[in-house]
Amino acid sequence: MILRLAFASLAARALTVCMSILAIALSVALFLGVEKIRTGAKTSFADTISGTDLIIGARSGSVQLLLYSVFRIGNATNNLTWESYQDIAKRPEVDWIVPISLGDSHRQFRVMGTNKAFFERYKYRSDQTLKVARGVIMEDLFDAIIGADVATTLDYNVGDPIVVAHGLASFTEHDDYPFRVAGILEKTGTPVDRTVIVSLRAIEAIHVDWQGGGGIRGQFTSIEAKRQMKLEPNAITAALVGVKSRLKIFGLQRFINEYPEEPLLAILPGVALQELWQIVGIAETALIGVSVMVVITALIGMMATIFSSLNERRREMTIFRAMGAGPRVILGMLLLEAVLITAIGAFIGLILLYLGLFAGQPMIDTAFGLWLPIEPPTLREVGVLLGIVAASAIVSVVPALRAYRMSLADGMMVKI
Amino acid sequence: MKLNVTIQPLFLISRFKTLPDPTKFLKLENVTYSWSGPSFFELKIADLNLARSETVLLLGESGSGKSTLLSLICGTIVAESGCVNVAGTDLSALSAGQRDRFRAEKIGLIFQQFNLLPFASVQDNILLPLKFAPERRNRLRDLKLEAKRLCHDLGLHDGAMSSKACNLSVGQQQRVAAARALIGSPPFIIADEPTSSLDAATQATFLELLFAQSRTHGTTLLMVSHDARLANQFDRVINMEDIAQTTRGAIV
Repeated sequence: MILRLAFASLAARALTVCMSILAIALSVALFLGVEKIRTGAKTSFADTISGTDLIIGARSGSVQLLLYSVFRIGNATNNLTWESYQDIAKRPEVDWIVPISLGDSHRQFRVMGTNKAFFERYKYRSDQTLKVARGVIMEDLFDAIIGADVATTLDYNVGDPIVVAHGLASFTEHDDYPFRVAGILEKTGTPVDRTVIVSLRAIEAIHVDWQGGGGIRGQFTSIEAKRQMKLEPNAITAALVGVKSRLKIFGLQRFINEYPEEPLLAILPGVALQELWQIVGIAETALIGVSVMVVITALIGMMATIFSSLNERRREMTIFRAMGAGPRVILGMLLLEAVLITAIGAFIGLILLYLGLFAGQPMIDTAFGLWLPIEPPTLREVGVLLGIVAASAIVSVVPALRAYRMSLADGMMVKI
Repeated sequence: MKLNVTIQPLFLISRFKTLPDPTKFLKLENVTYSWSGPSFFELKIADLNLARSETVLLLGESGSGKSTLLSLICGTIVAESGCVNVAGTDLSALSAGQRDRFRAEKIGLIFQQFNLLPFASVQDNILLPLKFAPERRNRLRDLKLEAKRLCHDLGLHDGAMSSKACNLSVGQQQRVAAARALIGSPPFIIADEPTSSLDAATQATFLELLFAQSRTHGTTLLMVSHDARLANQFDRVINMEDIAQTTRGAIV
């Protein structure tokens, strides 16, 4: 009966109760949303590359090498000579090696030169390999394979021409030798989606008549002539390496890091990712801090609502006391109310979160390249929700005690 | 063979000990209580006694301390000095929780402003005190039936039982408040100007019900009113001016 009366009392104050529930729901949705984005970003980063034992590039920082070679963020400070690449490729520890050449661009997307082995060796999200959604892997010298986001954003189809620009923000274009979209890759949720992939030979081919960032005046080599050329690069940006035995990774890494011919750097992708997370950890902590503050604000808001409703409920509390309800009943009713409001708010917040995820998932993916998986709440998230409900019970103790004291002081004389 | 059986009134079957003198159901001795705050008010009562089954009308001007006296008797406030003894129990010796329980078991309250829960049904309002008073509850076989009977006796139709209190007329609310006080036959009924909103006919019915309760169950009745014309219907009339000394003024 007391429970029924508590519900009836809540229903009688539907508007203020709904406002409190809404505040809790929004803060919970925001908190869990931030949590989803944080873990989604972390997972997305970690899932970007797998199965690669070492990444090799010119000596710089390990995070920098990881960022430009895998995430296409920033630029290489130097290149890795083709001789060194071949020397390393011949090492007995090396199972496979894939060259990567970056530097040119198409619209806002990076152009990457590599070879066909990239499509077999590059793995993401545990053991996924790249799959062609439409078309074929490069067959001709001027064939390009584009990522899913490139195709969607630029509305490209198989057979469409692509003109590659020299450098990243250059007005000079390799318009003499347009590429053709040979294939479009399936969505991966990795930077590959935003990459135009061409052959390493093609990168060399479009730079044949170029020197110092521009075409050599009066010099033009025909496409057919280029097809006959050896087109071996002088240097590449980086290389992905797979090692025959895990036990050999550190030995090979040491060899490359102490390579006598030129200063090189070999990194373990997992270790570099950890370093990267340590760097962005401060922002991550700040993000968590902000969302925790949002939840605390909502709880304080709820406490304020209960406080402000105490006056209008003064008569109710005094009636309960006059009828013989003890302190436990009065405190219990207010605690129950707070817990109920928070639990309903948390549940609605969860629903809002998933509605937001369904609606925002493609937009976030397109805008930030971040694929947020829609999965059931994790144990940690359930724990957080239970923690918020428990916190609401603690927070409501203050107005509950005040209500009880008020009902004591009022005696039989409430005439509101 | 003749059985010698003593039947004890139900209200004496209690975990609270009874007074040595059964005629003194309520006893206040040298009681003082003051309200602090912006306006100071102090009430002193040297002596007040009510016998069991007695019906008493308490008359007094507004601000004479009637409500404070009722609060002291109900145990919602505690005397700063002196003794308030109800049905053999010294209220100042009880904790707040024990006083709440004692009030639920022993006292039926009728407020001047009815003080019903507006969002609750008539039935829930009437049955509310029984939730906290197991002894009162155990006296009844069927709680809902008893609530319905009381409503019927007070002139409320059966259909009103499920209505919300806020949807009732003033007179109907007053009757529900009376039913809430009477249910489970508490040994003591305190009524604070209960007839102020009732017409003459309903007022007479209402008072007759209270007196009938007193006669049938030996209930002690203390009723506050401004209406001195009711005096001849009660066993005794007490004027607040005769028993209480009040001091009031602003705190400097």
